[in-house]
Amino acid sequence: MSLKKIVYPYIPNSEPGVKAQMLKEVNASSVDEFYRDIPGELRFNGQLNLPPPFTSEYSLRRHIEKILGKNKTTRQYLNFLGAGCYQHHVPAVCDEINSRGEFLTAYAGEPYDDHGRFQSLFEYTSMMAELLEMDVVNVPTYDGFQAAATALRMACRITNRNKVLLPETLGRDLLSKIRDYLKFDIEIIILKHNPATGGIDLQNLEELITHEIAAVFFENPSYLGLLELNGTAIAEMAHRHGAICIVNVDPISLGVIAPPAQYGADIVVGDIQPLGMHMSYGGGQAGFIASRDEEDYVMQYPSRLFGIAPTCVKGEYGFGDVAYDRTSFAKREQGNEWVGTASALWGITAGVYLALMGPQGMKEIGEGILYRSNYAKQELGKLKNVSTDVFRAPHFKEFIVNFDKTGKTVAEVNHALLEKEIFGGKELSHDFPWLGQSALFCFTEVHTKEDIDLLVSALREVLA
Amino acid sequence: MNNITAERFTDGKPNLRRFHQARWDEPIIFELGQAGQRGVLVPEVEEGIKAQVVNPFEGIPDELLRKKPPKLPEMSQPAVLRHYVHLSQETLGVDCNIDVGQGTCTMKYSPKINDQLARMEAMTELHPLQDESTVQGMLEIFWHFEQILKEISGLDRFTLQPGAGSVAIYTNASIIRAYHASRGELEKRDEIITTIFSHPSDAACAKVAGFKVITLYPDENGYPDVDALKAAISEHTAGLLITNPEDTGIYNPKIAEFTQLVHAAGGLCSYDQANANGILGITRAREAGFDLCHFNLHKTFSTPHGCGGPGVGATGVTKELIPFLPVPLVDFDGRNYFLNYDFPDSIGKIRPFYGVAPAVLKAYAWVMALGAEGLREVAEIAVLNNNYLLHKILSIRGASAPYAEGKRRIEQVRYSWEKLYEETGVHSDELGIRAADFGVHYWTSHHPYVVPEPCTLEPTESYSKEELDEYAAIIENVANEAYANPDVVKNAPYNSTVHQTDHHPLDDPQQWCITWRAYKRKAQQIPV
Repeated sequence: MSLKKIVYPYIPNSEPGVKAQMLKEVNASSVDEFYRDIPGELRFNGQLNLPPPFTSEYSLRRHIEKILGKNKTTRQYLNFLGAGCYQHHVPAVCDEINSRGEFLTAYAGEPYDDHGRFQSLFEYTSMMAELLEMDVVNVPTYDGFQAAATALRMACRITNRNKVLLPETLGRDLLSKIRDYLKFDIEIIILKHNPATGGIDLQNLEELITHEIAAVFFENPSYLGLLELNGTAIAEMAHRHGAICIVNVDPISLGVIAPPAQYGADIVVGDIQPLGMHMSYGGGQAGFIASRDEEDYVMQYPSRLFGIAPTCVKGEYGFGDVAYDRTSFAKREQGNEWVGTASALWGITAGVYLALMGPQGMKEIGEGILYRSNYAKQELGKLKNVSTDVFRAPHFKEFIVNFDKTGKTVAEVNHALLEKEIFGGKELSHDFPWLGQSALFCFTEVHTKEDIDLLVSALREVLA
Repeated sequence: MNNITAERFTDGKPNLRRFHQARWDEPIIFELGQAGQRGVLVPEVEEGIKAQVVNPFEGIPDELLRKKPPKLPEMSQPAVLRHYVHLSQETLGVDCNIDVGQGTCTMKYSPKINDQLARMEAMTELHPLQDESTVQGMLEIFWHFEQILKEISGLDRFTLQPGAGSVAIYTNASIIRAYHASRGELEKRDEIITTIFSHPSDAACAKVAGFKVITLYPDENGYPDVDALKAAISEHTAGLLITNPEDTGIYNPKIAEFTQLVHAAGGLCSYDQANANGILGITRAREAGFDLCHFNLHKTFSTPHGCGGPGVGATGVTKELIPFLPVPLVDFDGRNYFLNYDFPDSIGKIRPFYGVAPAVLKAYAWVMALGAEGLREVAEIAVLNNNYLLHKILSIRGASAPYAEGKRRIEQVRYSWEKLYEETGVHSDELGIRAADFGVHYWTSHHPYVVPEPCTLEPTESYSKEELDEYAAIIENVANEAYANPDVVKNAPYNSTVHQTDHHPLDDPQQWCITWRAYKRKAQQIPV
């Protein structure tokens, strides 16, 4: 082994003297001895062709800052994009806690060395449980897509059936994920939407639901931003046929909107990114799955479930894994799906968020979003030839804006908005051709009246 | 004045730390706070908006409105902060300990500069659907990092979409399925082969993708058994999902023969590179004949583990399999970076958007701080550290490293305390709990325990010789205690945040309490 000049700050034993001493202690003449099991023809000879490194911390910072400097952020531009990733305010304490090295760099320790990790994740699931009014919530899975796909598989295992009903208005990416995940053994049947409300077409549901259906899945609000008005009827219809009702929900709506358990949902899923995670170009997603505390349901979760337990000291809270034997950690392919590293840090962060917000904060943020999005809908609706009434149903933070009568495509509109440093709504025209030239605009508590008015006047100019 | 320093040594060696973990006896968060307290205030709705929107709930049916507020804690901001600071202090991250005890997890140092860079607004405040012209910097990092992984693996394209290792394994299984389906052979090819010393997810994910799983056990020397492979291969073989080096730290020298045999039968070979840390720049997926592979960026590439994610399972394939990768891929036309969705045979989406971008940024920064020479140094020092620790652990009474006797290991070792157990009655997991009293982790292994009374140690490149000595001294001390007074070990921990926990309620549906809400109902018998 050559004695290299650089002593790497991240690699203490790269110091040549130490290295030599360690080799001597293990009676090896060079590091190559440790690789003897690797046949010569599999050895990579020479050096990887990688860019030259920035060995000083300062030069590395300059390099990365220069690249990131090419981005335009949602702080620099006005942003009205949502569609699964949402711009909400992230309280400073959320960042403070998830930046703490103890949490940031912990992993998979036992409850004895990582008690704080167990307790903070137990508290996260417990606060979500209050928000959802359900007794079981999992340690986060990767994202809301995985939560939805897994909930569908859980429903199939619980009912021993293999057909599921999904709404036509599902986002194309989520549908793509579910199709891949259920591909080999579960049939997906698409439910039509009600052309008036954009919700599930109850008549179509009545036609399609049978005793072979494992789950009826819907979203509240839907991908198109609309609230489902018939939750109770849908759940009842599912239950009459022995099917499980799964609802995908935006958790930040639940300070004002009823939790799906109240209208009959058996499993509730969603993404916690709105609860204290930065958007980070899609890096803030994390999924939850919730249900009642029934053995049939609990035993079908693939995820880790943390439970509270007594210790040998009176009054001391301990924690551990609930029903570990259901998992792939315990039983490999005989466990439920799989479990592994997912998005735990975002779970802890969402717990911090819910604790900071409290019941009053969740109510106020829900109200504030409804005020702003309704205001935006009114004002955008006043624009000539622009329609915000594609469906006659209430929305939460997103709604459809249709440009068919303006003579302009969404692409043209958004391009013009971009020149005014505004990120317009997510284009829907390709994914949902039947919506014509439509875009999904999103409004949250971060938008001021001035921001919304600016959007409206910019659109007025663009469409003039 | 005493010579305090001298009292910290015995026979010239430092005494073990008199560690005690933080023990705040912290209440559950629902027990904290008071009605009316607020942790953060939300932006008020402006009068100008209220004047225009008379009733923000208009049109929402009564049954869809929440009647009772959620029973969340009501706490002041400093109270929330203190509670979580306490809980963080009761958590043993890499930043706090000599974290060689969580084998297979590659608990290396995560450079702070990378965390700082990933917290820049130019990273955190990007919406994934922004116009591509406004995220050129982000896409540039995705694209460049893909080029780096192509070079490290020798494979032809990578997706950074999977959110950690297991879903990357699933992605590979799904690509294998799509490949065989495209050739009209999926009906026939319904078996995936793996080994017992590959991660449990190699078996579990294959099953979710629809395959029957065949698990190979090692030969008497601990090497994956080539005869067992030959017996398992048939016209039903869809693929091989395998780790190398395996979780034993043993490199399978016949890996090229394995991939050739599977290829000859028409199957694909997927390389779970969770254990790549000791072989960066030493040996690659391509030369070993793999068609697919994945790297855990939260392990090998240092983006922190975050209590269990988010991470990235970067998934690579050979040219032939590129059409099946999840969409979009990040491409470069010579002037601009862009998201390319033009892959009609793609398996589709694995997660929303494109991947855990801050983790990609950190992994990129980590490689760019080290370069090719540095990556090789990472591998070589990780392997040197491991063999150094092996040497130390084997000198401890009751310890052994089964299989491949007398041979060197790559980046980790699966040890056995079978002898110690037979002589003292102390189990491996009990040694681990006692080790926690000295401020370090210790992990047994994945189930099933093929190695009896196992423990898996992986020192990575991040710990100094003195720290490895300290870790070995802790384990030696615990093993000696097991011989001298087994009850000392069996009744541990003493210095942890909590004491021995009664796990029985956790397996009893009548008693388990997965949330505080369930606890109130079941343990406190408070009606909900």
